[in-house]
Amino acid sequence: MYTISSKLKVFSFVLIIVGLLGIGYSFISAPKTTADVEKILEAEAHGHHGAHDAHAHDAHGHDVHSAEAHAEHEEHLLHVLHQLQNKPWAALYVAAIFFMLISLGALAFYAIQNVAQAGWSPVLFRVMQGITAYLPWGSAIFFILLVLSALHFNHLFVWMDPELVNPESPKFDKLLNGKIGYLNEWFWLIRAAVFIIGWNLYRYFSRKNCLAQDEASDNAFYKKNFNISAGFLVFFIVTESIMSWDWIMSVDPHWFSTLFGWYVFASFFVSGITVIAMVTLYLKSRGYLEHVNTSHIHDLAKFMFGISVFWTYLWFSQFMLIWYSNIPEEVTYFVTRIEQYNLPFFGMVAMNFIFPFLILINTDFKRITWVLVMAGVVILLGHYVDFFNMIMPATVGDRWFIGIGEIGSLLFFLGLFILIVFTALTKAPLLPKRNPFIEESKHFHY
Amino acid sequence: MSTKVIQALYNDDDILMDAVKETRKAHHHIEEVYTPFPVHGLDKAMGLAPTRLAIASFMYGCVGLSFATWMMNYIMIQDWPQDIGGKPSFSYIENMPAFVPIMFELTVFFAAHLMVITFYMRSKLWPFKEAENPDVRTTDDHFLMEVAVHNNEQELSDFLKKTGAVEIKVVEKH
Repeated sequence: MYTISSKLKVFSFVLIIVGLLGIGYSFISAPKTTADVEKILEAEAHGHHGAHDAHAHDAHGHDVHSAEAHAEHEEHLLHVLHQLQNKPWAALYVAAIFFMLISLGALAFYAIQNVAQAGWSPVLFRVMQGITAYLPWGSAIFFILLVLSALHFNHLFVWMDPELVNPESPKFDKLLNGKIGYLNEWFWLIRAAVFIIGWNLYRYFSRKNCLAQDEASDNAFYKKNFNISAGFLVFFIVTESIMSWDWIMSVDPHWFSTLFGWYVFASFFVSGITVIAMVTLYLKSRGYLEHVNTSHIHDLAKFMFGISVFWTYLWFSQFMLIWYSNIPEEVTYFVTRIEQYNLPFFGMVAMNFIFPFLILINTDFKRITWVLVMAGVVILLGHYVDFFNMIMPATVGDRWFIGIGEIGSLLFFLGLFILIVFTALTKAPLLPKRNPFIEESKHFHY
Repeated sequence: MSTKVIQALYNDDDILMDAVKETRKAHHHIEEVYTPFPVHGLDKAMGLAPTRLAIASFMYGCVGLSFATWMMNYIMIQDWPQDIGGKPSFSYIENMPAFVPIMFELTVFFAAHLMVITFYMRSKLWPFKEAENPDVRTTDDHFLMEVAVHNNEQELSDFLKKTGAVEIKVVEKH
């Protein structure tokens, strides 16, 4: 049995507290009114050459243009206010969805291993189950965030603004009005609830059956797990696709892409596998995984390598198709990202593709702990940036910054993740007893 | 100088593996082992050095990537940078997404084909090559281990008999 070390516990509590302080600070320091924004913009302008413009603006006080200019300025202030008010919310949202999807990715990997009757992985099943233990908590927190969005606590989802679908309003948006049958708060929340409940049910029962199989005298529970895993994978791939439209693509409700679901899937799937590898390495280094050898690690590293390349393939396919045809209504998605998010947008390609590709292509490296940990950290950070790039441009625009709010949210969820995962690992023996493939898995050698 | 070898035939890969290990332990030099199919772990048991084909392949891939980049840059950007459907041919990087499929395919093409050719050359394999098969049964159901003889013919053949060989042949090689 694994026992969580007190150091790890303290570490995760520190992360949670520091993260909460960061989140709290970012909410408190967000501007409340356009007057605050005016001050921020002025402070920024003084730093730049733009200071001149501000003064010129005041000097021409009373001519006809000024009323128009004033209204425009007010509109700009309101726009920036919304972006800045979104910032702490978006930071929280990105970190929440990132960690929830990591455990979902690990769950999908676990289901695939069950269905594929993989002979190498059963010794890692309890590690995977430990990681997916975050899912109920993470998805509950995430659902609360969705409900808060639907209750207009924030402006993350622009289509939730009732003015936009009101034909009488000057803000009326015909395109959004056309999508109202799909993009409306109630239907959106019900879908989210169905998906989250479905995933959690699979997680709950597969864990239960796996533990029951330990004590059983036949393979009935194993077969049951096989069947529900197959069912889950069908459910998963449908809900995953819809989930990516609902929770990620709909922050840009004027834009759509057909391979988006796969792209999001590849991103969190590789993150989930990376986390499995890193937790395995940690437990192994503490002497808890007797039967895990370098061949198991090697296999996980191959998955990290392969799915990283798969992610890149989808990233590039999505980017290149839109870049090539350059149709204005869809290319704006990448124009804003390249212009305003240049470093994160292209930096994540280096982190998610070039670095792991060059490091993990070597067979010997795939068995060296520190190489894998280094590659894993870069992959995880890279995929955080990936989610950052998907959410931020539509919610905070050019006001993005990886500051206290973003890092605080990341640390909070990281601490929560570590605490829940490693607590869950103490709940059951780390080696399944009666899995039909466990003997093969113990002696797995590549 | 003529050299003698002993060819020991086996009819089971497990027995062969044990024989190889015992022969190495007794410090007899194994010249060659002929098998009808790949025997997992045989190279390790024989103490063969790992292959470097993968490293060669990686370098060939780099050559392919460089070639593709050079070719597309020369043709599309330097030699005749015309406007084709509004694609930005001002610099390589600006039009790079359009070249990536070619860069990818040529990398794979070079890595794969040059590695295969390297394999053929290193293993001396070509059409019309005379087969070096010491016993036709080794392509079907027998395994053959060839051990060098150094004035210890009797002792060696007794030793190999004990390792489970079904047949022992002493062959003069030139």
